[in-house]
Amino acid sequence: MKVPGLLGATWILLRKDLLLEWRSRSRINALIFFSLATLLLFSFALGPDTALLRRGAGGYLWLAVLLASVLSLGESFRVERENASLEGLRLVPAPARAIFLSKALANAVLLLGLAMVLVPVLVAILDVRVVLPLPTLLEILVLGALAIAAPGTLHGAIASHARARDVLLPLLLFPILIPALVAAAKSTALVFDGDPMGQVDSWLGLLGSFDLLYWALGFALFPRVIEE
Amino acid sequence: MSAPVALDVQDVSKRFGAHWALARLSFQLPRGGALLLTGHNGSGKTTLLRLIATSLQPSSGKLTVLGLDAATAQEEIRARVGLLSHAHFLYEDLSALENLEVLARLLGRPASAARDAVARVRLDPRDDRPVRFYSAGMRKRLALSRLFLKAPALALLDEPFGELDPEGIADVEGAVTELRAAGITLVLATHQIRQGQGLCDQRLHLETGRSVSA
Repeated sequence: MKVPGLLGATWILLRKDLLLEWRSRSRINALIFFSLATLLLFSFALGPDTALLRRGAGGYLWLAVLLASVLSLGESFRVERENASLEGLRLVPAPARAIFLSKALANAVLLLGLAMVLVPVLVAILDVRVVLPLPTLLEILVLGALAIAAPGTLHGAIASHARARDVLLPLLLFPILIPALVAAAKSTALVFDGDPMGQVDSWLGLLGSFDLLYWALGFALFPRVIEE
Repeated sequence: MSAPVALDVQDVSKRFGAHWALARLSFQLPRGGALLLTGHNGSGKTTLLRLIATSLQPSSGKLTVLGLDAATAQEEIRARVGLLSHAHFLYEDLSALENLEVLARLLGRPASAARDAVARVRLDPRDDRPVRFYSAGMRKRLALSRLFLKAPALALLDEPFGELDPEGIADVEGAVTELRAAGITLVLATHQIRQGQGLCDQRLHLETGRSVSA
């Protein structure tokens, strides 16, 4: 057997990251309940105006995913800080970019799963309907999860060096996610309300471009971020 | 003719903020040699090992490891150096075998090599308990098995006798003897001088980052 290249190492590390997520299922449950509580709080805060709640459903979905992502991203680097496992990986030496790709993909899978759990809940509690085809909704969820995962992984690695890491991560992450959040919320709203003007493709284009930019930035910068 | 040099440390210093962890340290270690690195807690032993492993970069000075410049050839050095650290580099939610299998796959070794490495330190490869349920001594043995799996040209052992019972200490002594017999260059950092002395042929004592005897 020969030493795996970038893709081989990414696959090995992705399996490890997903196995670690599976082993800590209580954390996944906590993430789901946190997001459900966030959705319920939005609906209580806005009152009984069901039309208003329905109009904002796309935004509530992505805000709930975004707030939960801070917990999951922080956790994914806590696991690596414990016993200096990240340093151990670098000394193997596992390629730094494979570490980025595997972590970002594992985070994206987790956020996508979370979003897929929350959509039926939105349908149930806000009485929204999925008007556009389901593959369009799935495309939005995938692109939205990827949009949070790549910059989240990069900034999670930066924040993990800091003492106030739990505060630093959202401070770094939230401002740069605004374009992705707007695009994901708007396109999800179109899935729920209908898209007579054919705008969903433009929002998907914006979301896809954001993904390309931040996955490329993460890929390029991650090695510098994790070296002391 | 003198033996080729495995480790060439020239005027190396390392600063963390305003604190100098190492100050203008110089020494050489021949290939196949074994250096006992002694000193109190905070004397700079761990910093020196992390510099050699290229986890850290020197603030000044020149460090050559196995003929490679530590400033420019980090990946090549990492592929040939093994570090047994305080931190163990283990994932708490994975079993001993799962931890070693990740390493084995990254090194391009078969899964059987991971099983052999776990068994070699007298742990059970079939034990599927997560490492978080292991005692300190079991973790140390598992960390040692990472070193056996990697089979490095230069092994760096940071406090290998800590957290171990007499049987565990004998295991580590046996492992060090095996590594030496295999021609692997060794740096062993400890403040338990008695245990390390018989295993090494060279000694460097550090006090607040400076060498006071060699």
